Amino acid sequence: MAVAIQVEGLSKSYRIGELQAAYGTLRESLSHAAKRFTGQEHSARQEVIWALKDVSFSLEEGKALGVIGRNGAGKSTLLKVLTRITTPTRGRAEIRGRVGSLLEVGTGFHPELTGRENIFLNGAILGMKRKEIVAKLPDIAEFSGVEKFLDTPVKRYSSGMHVRLAFAVAAHFEPEIMLVDEVLSVGDAEFQARCLGRMEDIHTAGRTVVFVSHQLQAVAQLCDRAILLDDGQVVRDGPSEDVVAGYLQTVTGTSSSQTWDDEESAPGDDLVRLHSVRVTGADGETAETFDVREPVGIELAFSVLRDGPPILPKLKVVSGGMIAFNTMDVAARWREPSPPGEYVATAWIPANFLNEGLVTVDAAVCSIDSPKLHHHVSVHEAVSFHIHDPLEGDSARGTFTGQWRGAVRPLLDWTVEEG
Amino acid sequence: MIKPASRWPHLDIAELWHYRELLQTLVWRDVVVRYKQTFLGVAWAILVPVFTAVVYIIVFGKFANFPAGEVSYPVLVIGGVLPMQYFASSLAGSSLSLAGNLQLVTKVYFPRALLPLASVIVPMVDLFVGLPVLIALMWIYETWPGGIEVLMAPVFLGLALVTALGAGFFLSALNVRYRDVRYMIPVFLQVMPLLSGVMYAVEEIPVKWQWILSFNPMTAVIAGLRWAALDANPPNLERTAVGVGVALVLFFGGLAVFRSSEPRFADTI
Repeated sequence: MAVAIQVEGLSKSYRIGELQAAYGTLRESLSHAAKRFTGQEHSARQEVIWALKDVSFSLEEGKALGVIGRNGAGKSTLLKVLTRITTPTRGRAEIRGRVGSLLEVGTGFHPELTGRENIFLNGAILGMKRKEIVAKLPDIAEFSGVEKFLDTPVKRYSSGMHVRLAFAVAAHFEPEIMLVDEVLSVGDAEFQARCLGRMEDIHTAGRTVVFVSHQLQAVAQLCDRAILLDDGQVVRDGPSEDVVAGYLQTVTGTSSSQTWDDEESAPGDDLVRLHSVRVTGADGETAETFDVREPVGIELAFSVLRDGPPILPKLKVVSGGMIAFNTMDVAARWREPSPPGEYVATAWIPANFLNEGLVTVDAAVCSIDSPKLHHHVSVHEAVSFHIHDPLEGDSARGTFTGQWRGAVRPLLDWTVEEG
Repeated sequence: MIKPASRWPHLDIAELWHYRELLQTLVWRDVVVRYKQTFLGVAWAILVPVFTAVVYIIVFGKFANFPAGEVSYPVLVIGGVLPMQYFASSLAGSSLSLAGNLQLVTKVYFPRALLPLASVIVPMVDLFVGLPVLIALMWIYETWPGGIEVLMAPVFLGLALVTALGAGFFLSALNVRYRDVRYMIPVFLQVMPLLSGVMYAVEEIPVKWQWILSFNPMTAVIAGLRWAALDANPPNLERTAVGVGVALVLFFGGLAVFRSSEPRFADTI
């Protein structure tokens, strides 16, 4: 398959001095230059920071690549280099095809211009030809839902209308290679869903997408592959679910067990105190990774301090950034108030149920206070573990070794009739 | 292909051509926005030069008796005010064009030269709207072009454009780092009419001073336009050549500065 983006040893440095002097006056620069000339100041004082260090990767045509990492890891710099907004200090990148970038929807919108005028302006800025915009104008207007206000200056639009119009233009822009940065950070849930849907469309239509985002779930869902940047370097490159999972574990700093020795400071309230949360195999031993074909136990140890309402142990299981499910022990023993004492409750997640990748678990002990759940204890990301598939052909993916999406991956019984 | 910035700045004509639609759009945007929400709209393009010319005619023509040469003074003045107005708008617009389009510079790629370029095209519209004033005065004072030399008028306007664009390239690049430019320009534009012969005929002043003024390309522009369109004496060839030379040095020098700092615009703006 043809390579759409080839990046080799890309590096970008900024001089910190340069950043600071960005808004400096001429006088300051002249006086610095004079001091340097007379030897009162050493030019070596300017510190160099590398926003990108020797970044290399290649992306095949029609694939979607996610770029994740902490703030300041170099994600946006990488995108700015790929879109040619800024030039690299070293290295090279080759891009084959017409590049379009969505670094921010509505770039260049002018408040004095009408909606229609801004469609033309924004379209031209994104790189659309005039003919193309004229042809797509009815679609764009309809998609935006602000048809009635097309001849009103954009400054009189509500912020929602503004964003919808801007996104409508961007959504009808069809480059061969699409570079997207955090468009999803603006707008409401419906808007974000539409953005994602549109990007999925672009991807399924066979276009190449590079998607920079903090929204790990979106990256895991949308992208075939992801790279994790840290301190300007590629530290992981692989299937997006794996990279997201690895990143989540380092970010959350979670492991497969957590214990609180001091009851006073342990999580909980005057009714319940949590002692430990563990991830165990069928043998009862704590483990970090599990074969997809074996069951996983999540064990909560807690004490009940006094007589109170009936309580229920509860777990929220998150896989690949998506909530896989919530579960509570609803057995009869929890229908009556539990006498004070020590309890150890273990939930068994069946074999062949969770998908591969990192799974994090929120642990809680609740009581039902209809219509709400009252959380006596709630620990976000209490434990985490990895699910892997040795690919021996007897899991839900059969002999398929490619990407398999979803939070869960049950092995179901299929009935087949042959006729 | 993305590589570190090349050492030798040049203007990529093929790329500019590729982005011609964006240039058109930017020009169109600036023209439209200029007159939106103004009560008098395009009439300003006539009112501003007329008002300026009236003040000049009264102060310099009546009180100070500035030399007009053979052309009647009001025609002489409006013939200088219009190109000077064009130059002033072009220079101010192009110098502030990069910083004024900060959002575009940091969010999308296009050849940055489009911004100063659009800024010297936009004031052309004002110039054409103002032309009827000149023609009306020409008609009143019966001052018509002498002949075929009228075809040279666009060439001298082109010289004004090249001068403004060259200075605009240089100043807009400078303005990315040093916002001092914003304060320098008004001062500079205040003395420009005095140094370009807007309110007097330059051939009427001592030759020594004519030589000094010849280093200002706008002197050549205005003298040339008066010759081409108002039947004034032909401008001195050597001094015009000096003006053209300065304009070309300014253009290529400004372009070199612009292109060599272009890779860092998005980082430093």
